[in-house]
Amino acid sequence: MTVNKMTAAQVARKVIENKELFILDVRNTDAYEDWKIEGHKFDYLNIPYFNLLDGVEEIIDKIPADKEVLVVCAKEGSSLMVAEMISDAGRDAFYLEGGMKSWSMYLEPIKVGELANGGELYQFVRLGKGCLSYMAISEGEAAIIDAVRFTDVFTNFAEEKGVEIKHVFDTHLHADHISGGRHIAEQTGAAYYLPPKDAEEVVYEYTPLTEGLTVTLGASQIEVGALYSPGHTIGSTSFVIDSQYLLTGDILFIDSIGRPDLAGLAEDWVSDLRETLYTRYRELAEDLVVLPAHFMIIEELNEDGTVAKRLGDLFAENHGLNIEDEAEFRKTVTDNLPPQPNAYQQIRQVNMGKITPHNDELTEMEIGPNRCAVR
Amino acid sequence: MIKSDIQLDAKGLACPMPIVRTKKVMNNVAEGQVLEIQATDKGSTADLAAWAKTVGHQYIGTKEEGGVLYHYIRKCSAENSDFIEKAFEQTISNEEITARNGLILDVREAAEYAFGHIPGAKSIPMGELEKRLAELDKEQEIYVICRTGTRSDLAAQMLAEQGFTNVYNVLPGMSGWNGELSKEI
Repeated sequence: MTVNKMTAAQVARKVIENKELFILDVRNTDAYEDWKIEGHKFDYLNIPYFNLLDGVEEIIDKIPADKEVLVVCAKEGSSLMVAEMISDAGRDAFYLEGGMKSWSMYLEPIKVGELANGGELYQFVRLGKGCLSYMAISEGEAAIIDAVRFTDVFTNFAEEKGVEIKHVFDTHLHADHISGGRHIAEQTGAAYYLPPKDAEEVVYEYTPLTEGLTVTLGASQIEVGALYSPGHTIGSTSFVIDSQYLLTGDILFIDSIGRPDLAGLAEDWVSDLRETLYTRYRELAEDLVVLPAHFMIIEELNEDGTVAKRLGDLFAENHGLNIEDEAEFRKTVTDNLPPQPNAYQQIRQVNMGKITPHNDELTEMEIGPNRCAVR
Repeated sequence: MIKSDIQLDAKGLACPMPIVRTKKVMNNVAEGQVLEIQATDKGSTADLAAWAKTVGHQYIGTKEEGGVLYHYIRKCSAENSDFIEKAFEQTISNEEITARNGLILDVREAAEYAFGHIPGAKSIPMGELEKRLAELDKEQEIYVICRTGTRSDLAAQMLAEQGFTNVYNVLPGMSGWNGELSKEI
């Protein structure tokens, strides 16, 4: 039987289109339990490749004959070996090209909506890592928010669309993934904005992103308005685009809220987080569509693959916005914290420009799931 | 350099090859011997440790030097040595030896000793014991320790036969040791 490769892009389509897939994950069990490819209709079997060195006879009955079978490992080699064994045993199998490493890196651009005068807003969904980046386009100009480190994805996309990148923003100094913002700005001559309170230690030039700053995109008066919203970090800033969209960074997610501890100051920032979520956001229009910088679980994806929800709906449904008692809120966001993201302190150093590791090291740092939220 | 019986060069090989090679070479390793695997694939540490556990070998540890990972695995047979009957009658617990001042004699392999031993313990691997008896004092209390009490049981018997009078087998051994550890890596 045949062995075929499946790319991360093909897997992404299966996630978004709600397709079935049987995943045989041959990484070791710790790695699998920590982080895997999530799909609404995916089934899984985890058997480390090193338990299959003598062949797959013993497990072949556990692999369904009526579904596509994708073998997944960390980098590719082991999944190819096991896929070949499955083929020798008389079944078709796919292996994931580039393994979980390429899954972690893949970005799927999806249109979130229209802006005034023919403008468009795109969300770049990094399914493997749960990162969300944005590009707003209007009349030949583009603004990018919370870009991940694969800068060519954004510059190529802008080129395809025939637009010039003029403004690049980071809502805050990220601790879970490496920002591509500064490098995109350097390549394109765009302005790079960062909240000054998060940027005290950075070693590069930037444009301060302060409360009330308004940037106009294109000739169509699309406004990107900054709203100071501390809590995840002290500088965390949200954006309102075109009076329609609220980009919340890592402050508010669809099914959770930001964690206040990744810069080591949980206790200090709890009150800021509460003030932002329970007072500042309450003053905004409920019809704004919330677009966060992350998702944590596959259930947060809409049917078209986007991660977006009306602010009013979140006030009704998001547990983190419905903790009346302040002491209980404090307890929830400081006591129930999940493990901290892989290498988060090093990632902060990279984003400050203090260290410049090689590409392989950057990939290594970003391994694993996103953990910016508390539920 | 940590002493090992057999070395495998898997440098430059990507996953799954370090483990495929290790499994093959393991067939030529005698029970109780230590295999050193040199690898550059970062994933090899977690995978070798997990593989060794599933097949019953003892993963001793890994040290990194000059960008190369040196993994140490000791070949074990399938049966659990905890269930092998121990013949030497004079035994002592892990806790008791900390309160006494005889000699702790660690008869595990050099690599096992290097990755963690009781401070002050003397290392003579089981296989070298017979020819290194002169290093020991026949009158001193000697607490013989290994990982699970099996090798130390044999070593204690040998010492008694050679005229050592104050010999104890330590149980359960290093596998149950929660106290301080010295490392030589």
